[in-house]
Amino acid sequence: MEFEPVIGLEVHVQLNTATKIFCGCSTRFKADANTQTCPVCLGLPGVLPVLNEEALRKAIMAGLALNSTIATYSKFDRKNYFYPDLPKAYQISQYDKPICLGGFIEIKTGDAAKKIGITRLHLEEDAGKSIHSEDPGKKVSYVNFNRTGVPLAEIVSEPDIASSDEAYAYLQNLKTIMKYLEVSDCNMEEGSLRCDVNISLREKGTRPFGQKVEIKNMNSFRAVKMAIEFEIQRQTRALSGGERILQETRLWDANRSETFSMRSKEEAHDYRYFPEPDLPPVMIDQAYIDAIRSRLPELPAQRQARFVAEYGLPPYDAEVLTASRPMADYYEAVVKEGVNPKKASNWIMVELMARLDDPENVQAFNVQPLQLASLLRLIDDGTISGKIAKTVFEEMARTGGDPASIVKEKGLVQVTDTSAIEEVVDRVLAGNPQSVADFRSGKGKALGFLVGQVMKESRGKANPQMVNEILMKKLS
Amino acid sequence: MLTAKTLTELTTLLDSGEASSAQITKEFLDRAASLNPRLNAYITLNGEGALKEAAASDARRKKGALLSRHDGLPLAIKDNICTGGLRTTCGSGILRDFVPPYDATSYEKLKAAGFITLGKTNMDEFAMGSTTETSFFGPAKNPFDTTRVPGGSSGGSAVAVAAAMAPAALGSDTGGSIRQPAAFCGVVGIKPTYGRVSRYGLVAFASSLDQIGSFARSVDDAALVLGVIAGGDRRDATSIDRPVDFRPSELTGDVEGMRIGVPEEYFQGVADEVKDAVLEKLKQLEAAGARTEPISLRRTEYAIPVYYLIATAEASSNLARYDGIRYGYRAPDVKALEDLYRKTRNEGFGKEVKRRIILGTFSLSSGYYDAYYLKALKGRTLIIRDFQEAFAKVDAIVTPVTTTTAFRIGEKISNPLEMYVSDILTISANLAGIPGISVPAGTDRAGLPIGLQIMGNHFQERKILDCAKAVERVSGPLTPAV
Ligand SMILES: [Zn+2]
Repeated sequence: MEFEPVIGLEVHVQLNTATKIFCGCSTRFKADANTQTCPVCLGLPGVLPVLNEEALRKAIMAGLALNSTIATYSKFDRKNYFYPDLPKAYQISQYDKPICLGGFIEIKTGDAAKKIGITRLHLEEDAGKSIHSEDPGKKVSYVNFNRTGVPLAEIVSEPDIASSDEAYAYLQNLKTIMKYLEVSDCNMEEGSLRCDVNISLREKGTRPFGQKVEIKNMNSFRAVKMAIEFEIQRQTRALSGGERILQETRLWDANRSETFSMRSKEEAHDYRYFPEPDLPPVMIDQAYIDAIRSRLPELPAQRQARFVAEYGLPPYDAEVLTASRPMADYYEAVVKEGVNPKKASNWIMVELMARLDDPENVQAFNVQPLQLASLLRLIDDGTISGKIAKTVFEEMARTGGDPASIVKEKGLVQVTDTSAIEEVVDRVLAGNPQSVADFRSGKGKALGFLVGQVMKESRGKANPQMVNEILMKKLS
Repeated sequence: MLTAKTLTELTTLLDSGEASSAQITKEFLDRAASLNPRLNAYITLNGEGALKEAAASDARRKKGALLSRHDGLPLAIKDNICTGGLRTTCGSGILRDFVPPYDATSYEKLKAAGFITLGKTNMDEFAMGSTTETSFFGPAKNPFDTTRVPGGSSGGSAVAVAAAMAPAALGSDTGGSIRQPAAFCGVVGIKPTYGRVSRYGLVAFASSLDQIGSFARSVDDAALVLGVIAGGDRRDATSIDRPVDFRPSELTGDVEGMRIGVPEEYFQGVADEVKDAVLEKLKQLEAAGARTEPISLRRTEYAIPVYYLIATAEASSNLARYDGIRYGYRAPDVKALEDLYRKTRNEGFGKEVKRRIILGTFSLSSGYYDAYYLKALKGRTLIIRDFQEAFAKVDAIVTPVTTTTAFRIGEKISNPLEMYVSDILTISANLAGIPGISVPAGTDRAGLPIGLQIMGNHFQERKILDCAKAVERVSGPLTPAV
């Protein structure tokens, strides 16, 4: 029997508001423990939450970008459970009236495009962080409430994802969209993006879903992909062996690259959701939504299409360049200097990206758009060859220097003086009689060798086209 | 004797220089200290702090830099309103030593106006009760008969005002917790419209029902204090900013042409003496120009189940934060996390609080939510509709506050259901979010006070205060013999 996976993702995105969702505390990451707290986020007796409008606005922005319907009426609910990092013993979340409903993200795996449905996006507050003492003799746990009350947008996908690659692409696109909107840092290692996976297997080609398993505790997109792959294998083995899949939560163990079962007791939670009486329902009028929509930045898909149309880029180039907003901005800044768009794209995709860990950080790269543009102009006007330009770029990336000065300092200006090149050619011909004979006897390959020798002699500075022409003339 | 004076009279004495804030404060503190062992009105007396505040007020007066016209007047505050630096226990063992690091908005406003805090008054634990008997610190006693309850949950505030241990006090009212003890102790107590006073810093019992209000020995004084604490608050999203139009100088006590509804449902099962006293006042209001007419609030019978489902559901969640982790009581010698939760909450909470937490947890549980909590919300909507229909026809609704006068300590505490049912005449105002006031309407044969309740439409505090003032004129104040 053949099985196919049915996968849905629940992604928590930390919204990058200046202050927490229900109080005025800062949301800065990495502050000293419990310094970013106040009576409200510590859940002291008698305090009340007040909704941060910036969180609401950013959630709406995210919803619009995910093609969701923004609810003109939504409300907050309490999700009740006891845990030391949850100071009120309830989390303020949205249960049956989320701020955004429906929507989709378009993904591409290989050449196939697919829409992954979004069920909902809702706002909620983050919990604190429990830290358990690593000293086994000291049975102590600590709680840091700095993160308590940081706004989260929980984005729930439809079970439309059919492979680990699709899950990866979905996360990648979701992250890109959030970063374009500048509503979240989406840093999985810092916890500003968290992803839980729901996965089941079903007999291929049938409709009914199998028993669903939840996987948590992945701290990178790669881990999500690996966890899904592991789980597909595990469940396939189990089902093929006639076992039943248990409804459970499993945790990803990054060291052993496998999932393991959490105690099933955790499953028995009854969160006793009920409407949050301390917060009035959120009523939003269409004008508010329209105003936010009109201020949305251009999104990755739109920008990709525009790059193809406006700059004549191949779709692949456009996709790579627009995968990060800073990179797309960088590209456009180079093109704006009058550089050939395809040339700019080649240089960025080959030379620049090879030297950059994360395209998001391109703003901090030593070669800024204006400098890259002047380098490309030096090629265009024949000052240096494309090959020399690579050396110059290397130097620019290392030192942040200006291309023209590097060319000048290092004497890299292309030799276009015919007599100077003739001189080198004569020297090379005199020193390589065998190759000259080979060429004359019809061995075309020998020309390449001779060109190489001339270029070498000129330390790459001779204009390659001129070298070719002069050689041909002298050999014929 | 300064303690016999109203806030209005004390203001005159301060202004004329006949008394200083320090003198007034000291007299109240002395009387409170001497009566408290018998009446248990205060959980915490703020002796030193109050005298310091009074001295500061007198200094301001000397410099001509008064914070407000009320600068230097003392009052008492219910112990579920957070007073920064001053212990706030909620009448609970779990908060027995809790000193809040911040101020409730209402307290902040009082301080900003120069009021002096005499102390924190006794109350049913987390405001859950109608007698002050569920207080961790022991019951408060009715000054008219110390074998009887003063009512609750703001029993301490009512006792303090009735026994002149404070000229006025703040209370909170979730289902009658201001109006019922005011009735039992023969003082004025007003619960304003939901949203009129910020709840920020009021330790929550049932968030959608809780509202802070005032106690005083006169309608003017109750209005004065309410006027100081009223107003929208950016820290309370459920607060509503409406101008205060009921300052004592604005109240006329004129009921000429006022249409008063008398709901038959509110006179059923009411003791004859209470009923007769209220009916007599209604006649006197008619004589003063009001027009009374019978009305029906026909969903009143659902108020008790609706109220106890909603209030306990909210309470079960509101009180979950008392877990021994960050503040408050923590059980000693615990082994693991769950053990810490169980022991702390079992030892820290009293019986009635635990009963309500269990009730509320049950009604929110999956499988029961629709049948209980959701149904209660629908019932609440119907009760609100009753009032909307009534207020389309009348300006105010007059009823008794309680079915009987103060009962004996211990009489009902072992029968929670009977205790719950005794709230029938006050809880609907909380469910509908409308203002209600209790004003003395004489005594029964045993000399125990009877309260008359006036309810008004949302933000119609001025109407019910005017009506209460008219009642006050023909009733006169009651003074216990303590
Ligand atoms: Zn905070």
